[in-house]
Amino acid sequence: MSLASESAELAPPPLRAEIARAEPGMAGVGDYFALMKPRVMSLVVFTALVGLVVAPTHLHPVLSFTALLCIAVGAGAAGALNMWYDADIDAVMERTADRPVPAGRVQPGEALAFGMTLAVGSVALLGLMVNWLAAGLLAFTIFFYVVVYTMWLKRWTPQNIVIGGASGAFPPMIGWAAATGGIGIEACLLFLIIFFWTPPHFWALSLYRTDDYARANIPMLPVVAGVEETRRQILLYSLVLAPIGASPWLLGYASLAYGIVATVSGALMIVLSLRLKRAPAGPAAEQAAKHLFAFSILYLFVLFAMLLIGQGLGSPSWRVFG
Amino acid sequence: MSEQPGEPGIVLTAEQKRRRRARSIALALILGALVLLVYVVTIVKLGPGVLVRPL
Repeated sequence: MSLASESAELAPPPLRAEIARAEPGMAGVGDYFALMKPRVMSLVVFTALVGLVVAPTHLHPVLSFTALLCIAVGAGAAGALNMWYDADIDAVMERTADRPVPAGRVQPGEALAFGMTLAVGSVALLGLMVNWLAAGLLAFTIFFYVVVYTMWLKRWTPQNIVIGGASGAFPPMIGWAAATGGIGIEACLLFLIIFFWTPPHFWALSLYRTDDYARANIPMLPVVAGVEETRRQILLYSLVLAPIGASPWLLGYASLAYGIVATVSGALMIVLSLRLKRAPAGPAAEQAAKHLFAFSILYLFVLFAMLLIGQGLGSPSWRVFG
Repeated sequence: MSEQPGEPGIVLTAEQKRRRRARSIALALILGALVLLVYVVTIVKLGPGVLVRPL
């Protein structure tokens, strides 16, 4: 039995025939790096860093670096396992067709082994070197993203990214747990900000990628419920997100500067969502969706950067209990 | 493997060999970095106590 045919047995059924014909050993180092979804990983590292830095307990810089490295690798593992399982739908979507597995550069079995090795390794290292609460949260996050989101929700319900969004919201909580060994209300606020940010962010993207999702038979909200309903729900989630984004300041955990930035950028999220809701169909609607998608990335970055800056400047920002 | 004696088996192209070499080098660097990380973390966590052990 050849490597390709062994690997084909591990592939999702639609890919098996393709993989069985694939040549061995064409994956470069860059392909394995791409399996880890580096752009998602960078957001995970940044939010985990904020959770770790704003925590009231000081962690040695080497251990902080180790915690962030383990969280990054754990996120990469989840990305690789997602690409292993989703290779069949990635192959029919324009945005993802050139990913290493559907493009045939990495065999499904290789992606599975790579992802599992990184997942087990990152969790074990985080537990042994930092603490087991953080390691447990990292393991749960990987499980939630791969099993709950990728294998179950993504192909089943338009609420896939709402519930699945929890996996993207855990990293600051893991960072906090790595530093403190516990879970505080502040870490829960960071979780909630990302959790309520995820639906408007991804639904804005899906509005101008509807054909891609429909071709792959993924029940994204615009495919199942239509564009109007998606725009309405984006607006509703933005209305909830704005006060939650400002809540660290409202509850006295963050500085006034953070409060001002969070309030203004939250209001901008609502304005852009309203503009999207009222946009006439056609290029204007696509433009409005792209604007909201781009701004949503900036929104999350700015909020977390403000917390980081506030901590660096030693403002009364987050350390209520510190 | 069900190859007959005398068959060449899988013969890698020059490009496949180049990529395999790159993968091997990357793996070696990662393993080296991991060893270094474990060493440094051990020193950080144990501090001077790393030298204190029952004989």
